[in-house]
Amino acid sequence: MLAYGRHLLKRLGQFVLVVFIGVNITYIVTHATPINPVEQTIAAVTNFGNTSPDAIEDMRRSLKALYGLEGNIWEQYVGFWGRVLVGDFGPSLSAFPTPVSTLIGRALPWTIGLLLVATVMAWLLGNLLGGLAGYFPRSRTFRVVGVIAMALHPIPYYIVAFVLLIIFGFLWPILPIAGGSGMNIRQAFTAEFVLSTLKHSILPALSLVLASAGGWFIGMRALVSNVVTEDYVTYAELAGVPKRRILGFYVMRNALAPQLTGLAMSLGAIFNGAIITEQVFGYPGVGTLLVEAVHKGDYSLVLGVTTVSIIAVAAAVFIIDLLAPLIDPRVRAVDTAEAHA
Amino acid sequence: MVVARQDPAPPAASTSDNPTALSVRDLHAHYRVSHFGIRRDVRAVDGISFEVGRNEIYGLAGESSSGKSTLVKTIARAIRPPLFHVGGEVVFEFPDTGRFSLYELPEEDLARLRWRHLSYIMQASMSVLNPVRRVRHSFADFAFRHIGKRAPEFWALVAGHLERLHLSASVLDSYPHELSGGMRQRVTIALATVCRPDFVIADEPTTALDVVVQKGVLEMIREIQQQMGSSVLFVTHDMSVHAYLADRLGIMYAGRLVEEGPTREILLAPQHPYTRHLVASLPRIGDRSERHGLEGRPPSLAAPPPGCRFHPRCPLAMPICAQEVPPLEDAAPRHRVACHAVKRGSA
Amino acid sequence: MFAVLGDLLRVNREFALGVLLTGIVVVVALASLFSPYPPLDVYVVPPDVPPGEGFLLGTTSRGQDVFWQLAEATRNTLLFGIAVAAISRVIALTVGLLAGYLGGAVDRILMSINDTFIVVPLFPILVLFYFVMRDRMSWAMLALVMACLGWAYDARLIRSVAMSLKTREFTRQAVFSGMSTWQIVTQEHLPYVLPIVFSTTLNNLNWSIGLEVTLSVLGFTDVNTPTIGGMVFWANQHTALVAGIWWWIAAPVVLIATLFIGLFLIAASVSEYIDPRSRLARIGAAK
Repeated sequence: MLAYGRHLLKRLGQFVLVVFIGVNITYIVTHATPINPVEQTIAAVTNFGNTSPDAIEDMRRSLKALYGLEGNIWEQYVGFWGRVLVGDFGPSLSAFPTPVSTLIGRALPWTIGLLLVATVMAWLLGNLLGGLAGYFPRSRTFRVVGVIAMALHPIPYYIVAFVLLIIFGFLWPILPIAGGSGMNIRQAFTAEFVLSTLKHSILPALSLVLASAGGWFIGMRALVSNVVTEDYVTYAELAGVPKRRILGFYVMRNALAPQLTGLAMSLGAIFNGAIITEQVFGYPGVGTLLVEAVHKGDYSLVLGVTTVSIIAVAAAVFIIDLLAPLIDPRVRAVDTAEAHA
Repeated sequence: MVVARQDPAPPAASTSDNPTALSVRDLHAHYRVSHFGIRRDVRAVDGISFEVGRNEIYGLAGESSSGKSTLVKTIARAIRPPLFHVGGEVVFEFPDTGRFSLYELPEEDLARLRWRHLSYIMQASMSVLNPVRRVRHSFADFAFRHIGKRAPEFWALVAGHLERLHLSASVLDSYPHELSGGMRQRVTIALATVCRPDFVIADEPTTALDVVVQKGVLEMIREIQQQMGSSVLFVTHDMSVHAYLADRLGIMYAGRLVEEGPTREILLAPQHPYTRHLVASLPRIGDRSERHGLEGRPPSLAAPPPGCRFHPRCPLAMPICAQEVPPLEDAAPRHRVACHAVKRGSA
Repeated sequence: MFAVLGDLLRVNREFALGVLLTGIVVVVALASLFSPYPPLDVYVVPPDVPPGEGFLLGTTSRGQDVFWQLAEATRNTLLFGIAVAAISRVIALTVGLLAGYLGGAVDRILMSINDTFIVVPLFPILVLFYFVMRDRMSWAMLALVMACLGWAYDARLIRSVAMSLKTREFTRQAVFSGMSTWQIVTQEHLPYVLPIVFSTTLNNLNWSIGLEVTLSVLGFTDVNTPTIGGMVFWANQHTALVAGIWWWIAAPVVLIATLFIGLFLIAASVSEYIDPRSRLARIGAAK
C-alpha cells in the first residue's frame, strides 16, 4: 500500500509537470512571437463584415486581457495562469458571445467518446494479436498479420483516414462519411440517436484503430518473444502447465505492463491523430473545433482548445499510470519505453 | 574437422545396489549457432553415459562451462534453441511408470509425467516464479492436477510441505519480489518437491545463497530426499557442497565425463589428473601448503582439442592422449576413469 | 557500421525492401533537379490531363505537371524531415547522453522533462504556433520548432544505451587506464551509439514528415513551398476528388506511404539488429 502511495505521488507530480510545461509552451508561443496578436485578430475578425467601432474597442480591450498584455511580464504570466486554472478563456470571437469553455464543453464528449472506444479497441486488438504472433512465431496467419501491421503502422493517421474516406465515400458508399450523428436527429438519449452516432463513428474509429493497432501489434510481438525466453515461462513449460494458461497468465500478463506504460506515453500522439481524423470526417469534436477556429481567426478558441487538450491528455495519462500497478504488482518504473521503439 | 568420437560406453553394470532410476547412454547435445549463414556447433555434451540409482544423490561437478548445466538440461529435456539434442538416450524407470525413454515420448505424455515423477530445479531459481502473480497460483498451476485432491485438502498438503521447508503458509499470498532470496529458493524447492517426485534434477540451487542459508537448504534437500525415497541429480561447481550431499560424484571436463565414483573415494583417492587438481584445490583445515592453479584455460567446445580434451593442460600427457579419446573404464569397483595414464598405471 | 549495413542488406529482407522503397523516393526527389518548369509556376501545361502519354502522372487543375510537382515536393519534404532530424538529434544526444552518464538527480530531472515532452500533444501547439505566425511561417521555422518539441522519445532511447554502456566492463577499464570522458565517449562508445542514433533518426524522419504532411494538408504551413502535404492541400482546394482528378491526390499519397514504409522497415530492422535479445530469438527461429 505504501508503495502504491509513493507511485501515486510520483505520477501526480508528473501530471502537474506535464500541465506546467505544456501551458508554458503555449504561453511562450503566444508571447515570444514578433507579431501583435491583438491587431492581427481584430483585422481577421473585422474582415468578415462591418463591426462598430465600439465593438472593436471592446474587443481590443478583452483581447488585451486575453493575451495577457496588460501590466508587466510577471503580471501577464500570473494572469495567464489564473485564467487557465479556472478554465476561463473568454468569449469566442467567431461565435461571440458564447464562452470558449461552453464550445469546448460541447465538443469534448464527442472526442473523448471516439478516442476512448478507438484506443481501447486498437490496444486490445493489437496486443491480443501481437501476443499470439509472438508466442507462435511460426504461424502463417500471424506472419501475414505481421506484414499488414508493418505496412500500416508507419502511415500517419491522416493518410489512413483519407484512404478510408475515398473507399467508403466514393468507391463503395455504404457508411456516413461526415458528422457525428444524423442531421435530422434530435440529440437525446434515444435508440435512434445512439444508433446514428455509432454508425457515424465507424469510419473515424476504424481509421484510428487501423493506424494505431499496428504499433501495438509490433510492440507486443517483440515483448512476447522476449518474455517467452524468461525463466518463469521456461519453468512453467517444463512443469507441464497447460499452454493456454502459460500464454495468458505467464506470457501476456508480463508483457502487458510495459504496453500499458506505452499506452500512457503515446496518448499525446493518439490525440493528435484523433484531431486530424475528426477533421477529415467532419466529426463534431475538439479537432474540428480547432481547425475551424484557425480558419475563422478565433484566437481565444485556439488557445482554449490547445490548453484543454494538454490538460486532458495529461489527466488520461495519469489515470492509466494509476492502473499500471494492477497489472504489475512491482509498480515498475517507466523504463520500459525502450521496448516500443 | 575430424574428431575421434568417444565410443558409446557399454551400459555400465548397475553401479549401486539399488535398481536404476536414470540411465543416460551416449548423450550428445550441441548449441547450434548460425549467424549470417555460418553454422557453428558447440558440442557442450559430447557422448556421456552414466546411471543414477533409486534413492541416491548423484553429484555432477566440474568448472563453469564444462557442460554440466547443459547436461542436466538435456536430461530434463529442458532444451530450447539454440541447444539441440543430437543423439543418445535418456531412460527413466520408476515404480509407477515403468521404463520410458525421454526423447521418444510425445510432448503431451511427458507433460503428464513431469512434476509428478520428474521435477527440475532450474539454475536461475531466483527468477523462476512468475513476477506478476502470487506464489499461490504457481502451486495451483504446477501441482494441483497431479495431486488429485479437492482444493481444501490440496492447500493443507501444500501448507504442510512448506512447513517442512521451514516456510509459513503466508508465503503463498506473497508476490515473489516480496520474498528474500533464501525464501524464494526454498519456495522453488518446495514447488519442485510438493508432488513427491521420484526424481529431482537440481541445477546449482544454492549458489546464490550465503553459507548459512545454503547449509539449511542442503539439509532440507537431503531430508526430503530421504523422506520421499527419491533420487536427486545435483549439479554444482562447489566441491564442498558435493562432499556434504552426494552419494556418488561425476566429474565433467569440456563436455565429457572424466571420472565417476563414490564421493568418499573421489575425494580421498582421485584418479584422473583433472579430478586430482580439483580435489587438491579444496581448502583443508590445518593445511598451509601453497595451492597451484591449472595452466591454460578450458578448451573451446566449438573446436575442442583432439583425443583427450584435457591433454593440453595435463601434467601426465603422453603422445597417445592427443590422438585417442580415453574410454571411461572401471579403475576400481564402481569407480570409472577416462585416462590413458591411469589405465597404464603410470599415474 | 558500413560492414553491418552491408550484412543487413544481404541477409535481412525487410532491410533490403526498406532500402529499395526509400531509394525510389530519393530518386524521385533527385529528379527535381532536372525539372523543366519552375516549381511555383502555374498553367505551364494543359490542366486536368490524365496520366499517360506526354504526362507520366497527369497534370493538375492548376496546369502543373504532377510528376515534376511531385519531385519538387518530395525534395522539399525530405529536406524538411532531415532538417528536423538533424536539429533534434543534437538535443536528443545531449539530453540522452547526459542523463545516461551522470545518472542520479540530473537523470531524474531530465527524464521528467523528457516524459513531459513525450506526453504533451504537440499538434494543437503547432497549430497554435501557425495561428500566431500566419504568413511569417516558413518551413525553416517550422523545422526548428518541431525539432525543439520532438526529441524526447529518442533521448530516452539514447539514455538507455548510454546507461548500459556505462556499466560495461570495457568502460571501467578505459576509466582506470586514464582515458578522458571525451575520449571514452568518442572512441569506445560511439560505435555502439551510432546504430541506435541511425534508427532513431529514421523514426524521427517519419514522425516529422508525417506531422508536416498533416499540417500542410490542412493548410497550416507555408503552402507556397511545394511539399507532399501541400500538394494534397491544393488538390483539396480544387476539390480534385469530386472533379475526378484522382491522380493529383493519389500520386502524393502513394509516394508518402512508400517513404513511410521504407524508412520504418530500415529503422525496425536496424533496431532489431542492435537488440541482442531479439537477435537470439532470430537464431532460435533459424533452425
